[in-house]
Amino acid sequence: MSTAEFESVQTLEEQMVESAAPRDLAMDARNLSVWFGKRKVLEGVNIAFPERTCTALIGPSGCGKSTFIRTLNRLHELIPGAALAGSVLYEGKDIYDADIDPVHIRLKIGMVFQKPNPFPSMTIRGNVLSGLKLSGMKRDDHDAIVESTLTSAGLWNEVKDRLDHAAGDLSGGQQQRLVIARALAVEPNVLLMDEPCSALDPASTLKIEETIRELSKNVTIIIVTHNMQQAVRVSDHTAFFLAAENEPGHVVEQGLTTEIFSNPKDQRTLDYVNGRFG
Amino acid sequence: MSSLDTNETLRDLHSAATSHRGDRVFNRVITGAAFTSLIVLAGIAIFLGLQAIPAFQSQGLAFLTTTAWDINTDPPTAGIWGMLYGSVLLAVIALVIAVPASILLSVFMVFLAPPKIAKILTNLVDLMAAIPSVILGLWAFYILNPPAEEWQQLLNQYLGWIPIFENASGNFLGTPFIAGFVLAIMMIPIVTSVTREVLGRTPPELINAAESLGCSLWTMLRYVALPYGRGGIVGGVMLGLGRALGETIAVFFVLKLVYDTNWYKVIESGGGSVATLIVSRFGEVTGPFELQLLLAAGFFLFLGTLVVNMIANLIVSRTGRLQK
Repeated sequence: MSTAEFESVQTLEEQMVESAAPRDLAMDARNLSVWFGKRKVLEGVNIAFPERTCTALIGPSGCGKSTFIRTLNRLHELIPGAALAGSVLYEGKDIYDADIDPVHIRLKIGMVFQKPNPFPSMTIRGNVLSGLKLSGMKRDDHDAIVESTLTSAGLWNEVKDRLDHAAGDLSGGQQQRLVIARALAVEPNVLLMDEPCSALDPASTLKIEETIRELSKNVTIIIVTHNMQQAVRVSDHTAFFLAAENEPGHVVEQGLTTEIFSNPKDQRTLDYVNGRFG
Repeated sequence: MSSLDTNETLRDLHSAATSHRGDRVFNRVITGAAFTSLIVLAGIAIFLGLQAIPAFQSQGLAFLTTTAWDINTDPPTAGIWGMLYGSVLLAVIALVIAVPASILLSVFMVFLAPPKIAKILTNLVDLMAAIPSVILGLWAFYILNPPAEEWQQLLNQYLGWIPIFENASGNFLGTPFIAGFVLAIMMIPIVTSVTREVLGRTPPELINAAESLGCSLWTMLRYVALPYGRGGIVGGVMLGLGRALGETIAVFFVLKLVYDTNWYKVIESGGGSVATLIVSRFGEVTGPFELQLLLAAGFFLFLGTLVVNMIANLIVSRTGRLQK
């Protein structure tokens, strides 16, 4: 065994040990079932999200991953006919408790969508600060926020000389990183990402993945992805969702990403991660 | 090959594409139809302009800058400033009432109402646009006047210290406020239907973005939906304004026409309106010269609405560019 190989194996093991070490939970979904009107789309989902890790949610289309992620910051309830059973714990409290303000939850649990959605009529700077404006947060250090969040999102060097340009002038990948900076500006503890790279080219995807790796040192990230390699590259934990025809989706298997991809316990997981269906 | 040969092989693809006989006929018919509207517009402008020349020659610029209608004096004096100004004042009152009402109504229909109720409301509002203005005028005269009189008395009683709510005569009928209110009722269906359409097209991903940043309906509207739809909403308002400026019969029923300039007293009896001047004098016109004066007034009304529409187009196209 060459030295280089030896080293790489060791780092992997180190990572595994680090990820497996007990941490506080950022979020915890318990026995979560979700309905659209009369149709049940998710059943009995239990996933715990350790603090400052990245968890990938994988599975074929229509298995309820996106629905699940939208229940984590109470966006699901904005769809008419949406209903839910079970609980989602954040900081030890159920976010669906009657005394919880959904606006507060959405600020603490940010979200990045599939399609980059900066506000087109605002400038780059305006977009980064828009979360503060929309939620009525008062902060004085606007310049510092703009610089630090754009740096975290890996966009600062590309836009620092044109912060007053319209956000619509940026490329798709830059827009997506701008949207990440916008989500970070309100200082969330958790960042939900719903297929953040599916509308982007490979180069932009790579940049976003670097950003995700970097961010997950400070923020808990939960990412839905259809890209197996991406899940391997960015996540510490993986949960595999599956829905049989006309049945609600459920979690087949979850655990360390390395385990799920190299040594899954369920045959369906093995087939899916090896690209045999989905 | 020489360049000459290349030239020879060039083919006019467009005429090939339209060489089908049915297409050719159809193309000519729509081109003709499109030009018809231009010709009619130009015809009206030329007719009114020609008729207006003698009136303008006799009165000069005073026709636009003074307010008088003394036809039987020698020489007769006529000026429509108070009427022009009155038309604008009525339109402004109508805007102040109709625009907020229409936006609120649209927001309710798009973002708050259950789909069934939104659909019923949509139909009702569209039906409002179908009410003939003479019916609306009659309704306003018999039904709206009594309560409106009381509202204005209250306004005067509590806010009379604001100059626009002054009333010295104690007469609260035939005021610009009532006429503007009737115009607002006529504008609301137009502005609402455009605004509803535009708000309904707010890209869902932008709404998602706002929601995920923890914003309320109000902030979402203020920072996302309304700025996004601004161009369309302004266009709708201008369409409604065009109707308000030219409206004749409904105003005729509720406005006391006075040959004077009511500058700002919106709840004082008496005001002006070019269209109402024309309709009120036309029936008892004293001779060809007064008719020419009325047609001249019509020419400037036409010009005014044209300018409003052009400004509207400018605003809409500019906001469209900004959004891109």
